Amino acid sequence: MHELSIATVIVERAEELARRHGAERVDAVRVRVGELAGVVPDALLFSFEVARQGTALDEARLLIEEVPGRARCEPCGTDFAVGVPPFLWCPRCERPCERLLSGRELEITAIELEEASV
Amino acid sequence: MCRVVDVRQAVLAKNDTLAGALRGELDGRGTVLVNLLSSPGSGKTALLERVLAAAAARGVPVAALTADLATENDARRLARSGVPVRQVLTGGLCHLDAAQLRSHLAGWLPGDTRVLFVENVGNLVCPASYDLGETMRVTLMSVTEGEDKPLKYPAAFGLAHLLVLTKTDIAAAVGFAEAAFRENVARVNPGVEVLNTSARTGDGVETLVDRVLAVTAGGVLHRPAMAEAAGDVHGHHHDAAGDVHGHHHHDAADGHGHPHGPGSGRQDQAAQEPGPAAGPGRVPADGPGAVPGRNGSDDGRRPADGLAVPRP
Repeated sequence: MHELSIATVIVERAEELARRHGAERVDAVRVRVGELAGVVPDALLFSFEVARQGTALDEARLLIEEVPGRARCEPCGTDFAVGVPPFLWCPRCERPCERLLSGRELEITAIELEEASV
Repeated sequence: MCRVVDVRQAVLAKNDTLAGALRGELDGRGTVLVNLLSSPGSGKTALLERVLAAAAARGVPVAALTADLATENDARRLARSGVPVRQVLTGGLCHLDAAQLRSHLAGWLPGDTRVLFVENVGNLVCPASYDLGETMRVTLMSVTEGEDKPLKYPAAFGLAHLLVLTKTDIAAAVGFAEAAFRENVARVNPGVEVLNTSARTGDGVETLVDRVLAVTAGGVLHRPAMAEAAGDVHGHHHDAAGDVHGHHHHDAADGHGHPHGPGSGRQDQAAQEPGPAAGPGRVPADGPGAVPGRNGSDDGRRPADGLAVPRP
């Protein structure tokens, strides 16, 4: 259940950013979670509700963009979805793939701040 | 009205930065950190007892740090090998992180240690996400656990530089289908070596020591495909949606935290680590004490206090 640790880091980072931008409250945090990142989106949402309590994110939403795992076979140029669990072999020429193109993301991409009242 | 602030930061950037700094510091001292991952009951401690004794018998200075939710039983067992051992109790936390590990190494790790084995919390899920500053990640599984485990825990198996099968002396008795296991391993981590071991018979123990010592001698590690993720965090970011939301800010300061995920570009990152610890020659046993920085800072500087104390 490391989603709670991860949610706590997300809340801390968002609070820091809000302070730096002179905002008191955060409306939403957008994150990208790769399907091979080892993080369960539902567990992250649940943990976020716990982690945000008593912070500037008290009522903030967590918007999760799930990123599919993809790989490219360098020798033959085939770009393919690896699936979960991943199958890291080229479906066309059956060579092992050397790297993923996507699917390991665990990142904050944006925060939405409540505009200070004018 | 709300405004959108674009950021581009790996959630675990702070851990990754600390891990990178620790890797650089250990590298400068000639210490290789080996992170051992497995389920509870995989026989990790029993195998490590044999490995520590075998390394000590070869005259290689090794040390071990073992993490558990509770009890010091593992440290007592490992200490029988006669090498320096430290127990970390995570107090219920499911994984070790780089800051926690570093705080336990400070003032304890003997200065001449060539290999530091870190026995992570028995868990195949959470520890897989946390880079501890290891050069080599080893995932262990016993023959009693089921051939499909690599598919159920792809991060634990897919990010490992070496896989170790344990308790192979009872493989036949429990009907372990080794070919199916190896096929599943190849699916998530093509090209990784699977080493068969038995702590009871000693099979594979010397080979495991060989593999680790090869890394201390600068040998080339296997590169897991999952660890070689193209690193979207590096990529150019354009959030079209941001443009339609009121004001739009690019937060340059946050754009490029250390984006290396666990297992990604370890060697390169260690090699690039600046500062005296990564410089030529060995850092004295009191570590890079002159380097400024705070423990737990996220500015990439290593903490001021050195890790090492002279071996008694």
